[in-house]
Amino acid sequence: MAEMTYRDAINLALKEEMRRDKTVVVYGEDVALYEGAFKVTRGLLSEFGELRVRDCPISENTIVGVAVGAAMAGIRPVAELMTVNFALLAMDQIVNHMAKVRYMFGGQTKVPMVVRMPGGGGSQLGAQHSQSLESYFMHCPGMLVAYPATPADAKGLLKTSIREDNPVIFLEHELLYNSKGEVPEDPEYLVPFGKASVMREGEQVTLVGYGRMAILALQAAQQLEKDGISCEVIDLRTLVPLDMEMVLASVRKTGRVAVIEECWKSAGLGGDIASRIYEGCFDTLLAPVHRISGLDVPMPYSRKIEKLCIPQLEGIVQGVHDLLNEPY
Amino acid sequence: MAETLRELLSEEELLGFFEQMVLCREFEESCAEQYSKGHITGFLHLYTGQEAVAVGCTAGLQEKDYILSAYRDHAQAIVRGADPKKVMAELFGKATGLCKGKGGSMHLFAPELNFMGGYAIVGGQFPIATGLAWGSQLLEEDRVTACLFGDGSMNQGTFHESLNWARLWDLPVLFICENNFYGIGTEVHRASAQAALHRRTCGYDIPSEKVDGMDVIAMYQATKRAAEWVRERQRPYFIEAVTYRFRGHSMSDPAKYRSPSETDVWKTRDPIPNLSRRLLEEGIATKEQLEEITKRCLARVEESVRFAEESPWPEDAAVWEDIYV
Ligand SMILES: Cc1ncc(C[n+]2csc(CCOP(=O)(O)OP(=O)(O)O)c2C)c(N)n1
Ligand SMILES: [Mg+2]
Repeated sequence: MAEMTYRDAINLALKEEMRRDKTVVVYGEDVALYEGAFKVTRGLLSEFGELRVRDCPISENTIVGVAVGAAMAGIRPVAELMTVNFALLAMDQIVNHMAKVRYMFGGQTKVPMVVRMPGGGGSQLGAQHSQSLESYFMHCPGMLVAYPATPADAKGLLKTSIREDNPVIFLEHELLYNSKGEVPEDPEYLVPFGKASVMREGEQVTLVGYGRMAILALQAAQQLEKDGISCEVIDLRTLVPLDMEMVLASVRKTGRVAVIEECWKSAGLGGDIASRIYEGCFDTLLAPVHRISGLDVPMPYSRKIEKLCIPQLEGIVQGVHDLLNEPY
Repeated sequence: MAETLRELLSEEELLGFFEQMVLCREFEESCAEQYSKGHITGFLHLYTGQEAVAVGCTAGLQEKDYILSAYRDHAQAIVRGADPKKVMAELFGKATGLCKGKGGSMHLFAPELNFMGGYAIVGGQFPIATGLAWGSQLLEEDRVTACLFGDGSMNQGTFHESLNWARLWDLPVLFICENNFYGIGTEVHRASAQAALHRRTCGYDIPSEKVDGMDVIAMYQATKRAAEWVRERQRPYFIEAVTYRFRGHSMSDPAKYRSPSETDVWKTRDPIPNLSRRLLEEGIATKEQLEEITKRCLARVEESVRFAEESPWPEDAAVWEDIYV
């Protein structure tokens, strides 16, 4: 184990996989010479050279499309979109191509590729640069979606993504890059898809989160413990596949659950998870599923009001109190 | 250049150019300071070095013409007439800002000045400019739409789609590329197969020219000529304004991808001292006059900071306002 940041853990995963497999290539806007807008690709160009680590034009749709083609040709591309917001320019290649070619060609080809995208809000970057689009990707079958919360998972999930034969949308939270944690140094350390993790065991309430929301949920649980409230915290780790088994097992134990999502509430992933909880363990619920979500508004710039739009620690703590006070 | 400045423009216009460039420069310097104090947050892209483009091109347009830009947009808005106080308040995230504190640095907007916005998605403004031009053409408003954008944005699909569209429908768009040679850290020849950017319009049958974007007079003349051409023929035109940003891409960029000597060479072409030198040489202004103007600009910028500091934050309820009509 070594302590490192989320950023360095991702960087290490890229390096290890590139060392292991010569068909792994990395490209994107400013990833090579500039070493990434968030410095995630530091040192890659110098170690692997300009054939495998390349800068490319500001052409998001083509960034993804080129990865689809290269993957079909037998390469394992790891493309970076500078932020998730720009994935919206690439939705055609993501949804109409990346997620479709295998199926519509009757399984005769595969698309082993990863698209990394930093995202999330909270840095006063305004409406076009602060979005949480995880639900968009979950909606479309044909691709996998990972969203690590911890440095260890960032490493393990990215390595699994690169070895995965299906296309993977790999979401990273911009506010987690500097967060630190213990990371296994083993170059074979892999975190499987579809396996959520119990970050903390508890009895009274289940908190379900992912990405930065899982970290906030954990902090909320620590705070609630001081009020004598015992929370179980589940980090989903991958959104597709979604580990409902673990969520349901926990809810069956606690009877109460809050789902914390950074994205907009309308048609957000929390609603989907809530409906699956109702389907799976309605009989054991002691209160309705509680959703703590991003506000259904475009993100304002001003920090005074921006924080109202993203789930905050205090809001989660309050939400759990509300949940326990439900008159059921 | 054979002509003297006096033959081209009135004294008042020339001093106006100087004043606007200085105002933009001082405004940006002040932004940098306010950013380091934590009063301005988020992304902050400064225009320092490129002032001649905004000032010259705005002067070459008519007031009714639309202008829109990317996220490096403070100068274009201010030169168009946006009150620096309101721009600074916007950057502070205050309720008195140009966009009520909701937009921030990258999203200025002043429709009463026909300043149709700053957009932070690279290439996002191309189709909007094309649509604005179509709308004003349908309404027979005789407007030109000036669409400003960076060299890097020319590799977006929207660039190609919009140029083709604008020529196909013959819309009055004046495309103005601010070629400052970098898209963040990627130099233009590493992103564009044809590095002579103005030559890329031949595929759309749109005439183009390259202009010295460090020379406010050249920028003014070229824009005026081009805008009138566009207005008259109702067809798009393309200007590549060759310029340079003296600072990094944004406040978080130390600009290690370019050498200090490269920057030094460009600084000898700084549009502000270059204009002041010519003004002095030709006896259009005295040193004292120019100093007076600079002082006036500084005072306006200081006033804008004071205004922003003293302004109230948006009410919490504001997050729910302006989503729908
Ligand atoms: C669609 C999209 N992709 C990527 C970015 C990130 N980004 C912001 S500015 C920029 C470089 C743009 O360069 P250029 O068009 O030359 O404008 P300049 O900054 O030089 O004014 C990039 C890649 C973005 N904002 N939008
Ligand atoms: Mg540029």
